[in-house]
Amino acid sequence: MRSRQAPLALLLPALLGLLFLVLPLVGLLYRAPWTTLPERLTEPGILNALRLSLLTATLATAGCLVLGVPLAWLLARVTFPGRRVVRALVTVPLVLPPVVGGVALLLVFGRRGLIGEWLDSAFGITLPFTTAGVVLAEAFVAMPFLIISVEGALRGADARYEEAAATLGAGRWTTFTRVTLPLVAPGVAAGAVLCWARALGEFGATITFAGNFPGRTQTMPLAVYLALETDLEAAIVLSLLLLFVSVVVLASLRDKWISSP
Amino acid sequence: MSGDLLDARLVVDRGTFRLDVHLRIAAGEVLALLGPNGAGKTTALRALAGLEPLTDGHVTLGERELDRPGRRVWTPPERRPIGVVFQDYLLFPHLSALDNVAFGPRRHGVDKRNARAQAAEWLTRVGLADLGKRKPRQLSGGQAQRVALARALVNHPELLLLDEPLAALDARTRLDTRVELQRHLAEHPGATLLVTHDPLDALVLADRLVVIEHGAVVQEGDAAAVTARPRTDYVARLVGLNLYRGHASGDGVRVGDGLTLVVTDRVAGDAFVAFRPSAVAVHNQRPEGSPRNVWAATVGGIQSHGDNLRVLLNGPIEAAADVTPAAAAELGLVPGQQVWASLKAAETHAYPA
Repeated sequence: MRSRQAPLALLLPALLGLLFLVLPLVGLLYRAPWTTLPERLTEPGILNALRLSLLTATLATAGCLVLGVPLAWLLARVTFPGRRVVRALVTVPLVLPPVVGGVALLLVFGRRGLIGEWLDSAFGITLPFTTAGVVLAEAFVAMPFLIISVEGALRGADARYEEAAATLGAGRWTTFTRVTLPLVAPGVAAGAVLCWARALGEFGATITFAGNFPGRTQTMPLAVYLALETDLEAAIVLSLLLLFVSVVVLASLRDKWISSP
Repeated sequence: MSGDLLDARLVVDRGTFRLDVHLRIAAGEVLALLGPNGAGKTTALRALAGLEPLTDGHVTLGERELDRPGRRVWTPPERRPIGVVFQDYLLFPHLSALDNVAFGPRRHGVDKRNARAQAAEWLTRVGLADLGKRKPRQLSGGQAQRVALARALVNHPELLLLDEPLAALDARTRLDTRVELQRHLAEHPGATLLVTHDPLDALVLADRLVVIEHGAVVQEGDAAAVTARPRTDYVARLVGLNLYRGHASGDGVRVGDGLTLVVTDRVAGDAFVAFRPSAVAVHNQRPEGSPRNVWAATVGGIQSHGDNLRVLLNGPIEAAADVTPAAAAELGLVPGQQVWASLKAAETHAYPA
């Protein structure tokens, strides 16, 4: 049977929406300095920024997985007073302007901050304006994406499988690792990819909390912003590179993890 | 009885619903828990498995007291020697059939190789030796049921719980699987509780029946006793009998609006009277002669029932009568028609309430 024609009232805005998303990318490609591209790409500053971006985004995602998956489990499986408030709190970084997030991080983890001062005096650890600070800022902004995705997957998964596991002799931890986690693996993977992508593109919280030091805290988005003020072509090259790397990584992960079984 | 392996009084209070049943099952015995939807069958099973907290009562299995909220005794589900076959089996979708069965032994400290060997042995026992590598979604309903049974039995549970084990299967598969299941239950040395709403499952698979309605036991006994002497409308419908409660005096039991049924059994006081729908004859004229119970009735409805027609009769008592299609045509039966019903005293069965 032939599928029915899509109504114009839906088709037209859909195509406009697509155009709106794709056109800026076309603009990047159109204005790219293709002839000088190879030598520009091998400039040491660019590769440093790229390496730092990939490293910090990956570390931030790993941290988000370690803390975010248990938090998502708690929200999905355990009833406790104030659960709705906690759920709302978890999503706050989604609506908070990242710059505000960076300021908030400074107030807590800064050298004179609530925890920062103690970290500094007790362990000699300073987080702001370090690579660790970049990871912290990215994780703060990106973690809600992971939590929302994993919690949704947990809510969708049939909790009776966990009961079945219990009747077979599995305690709660074993049930979590052997049954729950494999069942929601696609959701965890999707959440991790979203989280990674968000961390890779993070700008506001990073520049506020970690500053803009080449090689140490200057990630790709920061480098793009800086280059924009002096050298438009360099900014375009950096943008293209960021675009290319994230598309390749997302596309390959998508095929591997997010396709339905 | 002292020989009971399981002795449990299950009280679960959930506001509008209260379950309060006492279950005893001997080693090697299969007890069927029968009842209509919402009677509390699955709640009872979940309470035994430790998946539903008891409000009161106790669960004692062998020498061990597993659960007694009154004394703050509680054993979590993973430490109860109880195996469960869930209604829709709940095979782990990410594990192969073999690893589903090996899951239990692994959790009980058996190493991977031996756990798989045990699992393979059980899959062979249930006739699925070749399908160990398949994922649950690649199994048919009957195969999944057998994997679930193997998974529940591989740990040698002292108590096996089966929740509507055949309900998810089509009629043909159900027939074969029921025979298979009967064989495995006969070999199971522990106690077995079978939760079902299908009387045939209960009659074929169980040694003894407990019928619950609205969270309480209404009747129990072996199949013959329950089917011969139903004590509630639900059980009567289940076994296909007309059942009335009344007051006996002399050789009659007064059952309804001015109707006294003459019976041959000797009873006194409150009593039940049961008779088969096929024992009721329907006439257009008041019959003369031998039948000792005759009453005027109105045809309330007609349904097909096997080769016959089942006629629902309203009147002093509501009764079902089975007539042949030929007889129905001859009588010209239509709903609303005035008829006479007759019943021989010898066809009735009366017993104390």
